[in-house]
Amino acid sequence: MGAVTALEPERSAELGEVILKVEDLVKYFPVRRGLVEIVRREPERAVKAVDGVSFDIKKGELFGVVGESGCGKTTMGRTILRLLEPTAGKVTFEGIDVTALSAEEMKMLRQRMQIIFQDPYESMNPRLDVFRIISEPLKIQGIVKNSHDALRYVEKVLEDVEMTPPEEYIYRYPHELSGGQRQRIAAARALVLDPEFIVADEPVSMLDVSIRGEILNLMLSLSRERGVTFLYITHDLATARHICDRIAVMYLGKIVEKGPTDSLIKHPLHPYTQALIGAVFVPDPKKKGFGRVLKGEVPSPVDPPSGCRLHPRCPIAQDICKEVEPELVPAEDNHLVACHFAIG
Amino acid sequence: MALLEVRDLKMYYKTLRGYVKAVDSVSFDIERGKALGIAGESGCGKTSMASTVLRLLPSNGEILGGSVNLDGVNITKLGDEEFRTSIRWKKISMVFQGAMNALNPVHRVGDQIVEAILAHENVPREEAAERARELLNMVGINPKRYKEFPHEFSGGMKQRVVIAMALACNPDIIIADEPTTALDVMVQSQVLQAMEDLRKRLDLSMMLITHDLSVIAQTCDDIAIMYAGKIVEYGSVFDVFDHPTHPYGMGLVKAFPNIKAERSRVRSLPGFPPNLLAPPTGCRFHPRCPLAIDICKEEEPELLEIGSNSHKVACHRVDMLERGVDIWAQ
Repeated sequence: MGAVTALEPERSAELGEVILKVEDLVKYFPVRRGLVEIVRREPERAVKAVDGVSFDIKKGELFGVVGESGCGKTTMGRTILRLLEPTAGKVTFEGIDVTALSAEEMKMLRQRMQIIFQDPYESMNPRLDVFRIISEPLKIQGIVKNSHDALRYVEKVLEDVEMTPPEEYIYRYPHELSGGQRQRIAAARALVLDPEFIVADEPVSMLDVSIRGEILNLMLSLSRERGVTFLYITHDLATARHICDRIAVMYLGKIVEKGPTDSLIKHPLHPYTQALIGAVFVPDPKKKGFGRVLKGEVPSPVDPPSGCRLHPRCPIAQDICKEVEPELVPAEDNHLVACHFAIG
Repeated sequence: MALLEVRDLKMYYKTLRGYVKAVDSVSFDIERGKALGIAGESGCGKTSMASTVLRLLPSNGEILGGSVNLDGVNITKLGDEEFRTSIRWKKISMVFQGAMNALNPVHRVGDQIVEAILAHENVPREEAAERARELLNMVGINPKRYKEFPHEFSGGMKQRVVIAMALACNPDIIIADEPTTALDVMVQSQVLQAMEDLRKRLDLSMMLITHDLSVIAQTCDDIAIMYAGKIVEYGSVFDVFDHPTHPYGMGLVKAFPNIKAERSRVRSLPGFPPNLLAPPTGCRFHPRCPLAIDICKEEEPELLEIGSNSHKVACHRVDMLERGVDIWAQ
């Protein structure tokens, strides 16, 4: 894979065809009730991890979902791939209703939709070598009959993730690899099936800063050169700013703002996005200063606040915010915000 | 004379396969009221260095040389008991990584602070409890929550409790090891802001260990960049962030994504840190360095001042670098 040129502008505008459409996706996890609650016939409660999320991703796009821990971003990524069954809502991939597929059909579709997990230390079986880790999906999908056939695929994909020469790495075990190399193997395992869509769930958060760029640039070049579509889930706005075409910001199971990267980072409209961007430190001592952060902490997703979920912490909240939930509506071109008083 | 002067400190871990050279001739100063940030990749010896200063080493960690002078007294020469009673926590205290796990889940938060006070000072329990309430107040936690348990606190509040604990005996220096790494950005900002306020108010010195360069840029006066057990670049944050001059320091600074900058390619440093059982000869960075020449393989570079204002760099090819060439431009 050739090197990416110096600066990659975002390009959500020029991309046309929608590859993945998510409509009102909901995922609740029931909370176990104690005996007293059952006897008292108290209503069942649920953690509202993802609560009505809609967006679409265009072919070849790098779409970022950003939020603090517990906002539901990981649950959302897994629900889209049906690693978790959605409570409600619809996911359409290339015109196929993913939520309506049987387990067998879903298995077939997984060849085209893959995931890279956060922790390269825990997402691999330590007893398998690189060859077996990468060839396993090929065998499951029935693409190859035996190990001999698989070798060609594995060598090719190792070259794609720049683990060269492949012979050097192919029979190593995970403990013989560095964190960055392991994450490349995780990427190779997803790529070996030649998928069109990959959910990358915090793929660099466990890695040293010095090697994060390798994985991020790999994602960038896959999207640019091969047209692979990415859903990049992260808590790190700074990396999203540099690789994503569009970003959606989540708070307590909802998307509060969504737009082209430059527009969202430079002109955030939602008070939450503004605070989130303000809280990110800049590696420049001349720009010292702590941004204004929101008061308090994220409330429990079991019992989220009424109306706008941010209202107890929001510096500009009015009475209407407690009662009416704001819709995600366009503020500028392709830049959507869910706030009654969004300020530019 | 600086409050803390570390000179040629050497600490190796003895293993069956030989010595792991975790801290190898490290020297730096921390003035009273100033903060020094220690940066570097995982495994470069940052935490080992802090543990050496506080003498909290595992049984196979051996201090093989050098000195740590606190207010002019070489504290590496003190006996263990004397160090425990007169230095640790009273003069130098520590905030550990991962506050979530540092508190005991079955004891009340206030009692745990009292515990820390009573372990080091001979005061009545009531007085210690009163001070624990003051400390909670100081880090921005309502003293009424004294009797609560750690699970009733959020991650950011637990980290504040750990900071309060570190302040319990009025230390001169706090060593903070990745104090906010496990926290969300907004909580991180709140905690670091509280720490900054305290540091100013109490005229505390701090050694902040982190892989997150932006935290150092925002909270420290000086920075030391470590690679494979050695300091390779050292100076004020302004000098080092503006003109990083060691190839590794430059790579690390440029690899750090900046949200306020224009969109650009995320940089990385090819390769990975060496095995400290047998670090490379000469300059330890030479196998990854694009400027390495023969001398780099043979001779170890010294940490020398460049320019005028105590910006120090350990590199043979420093003349190449001072011209402001971006050697990592791809």
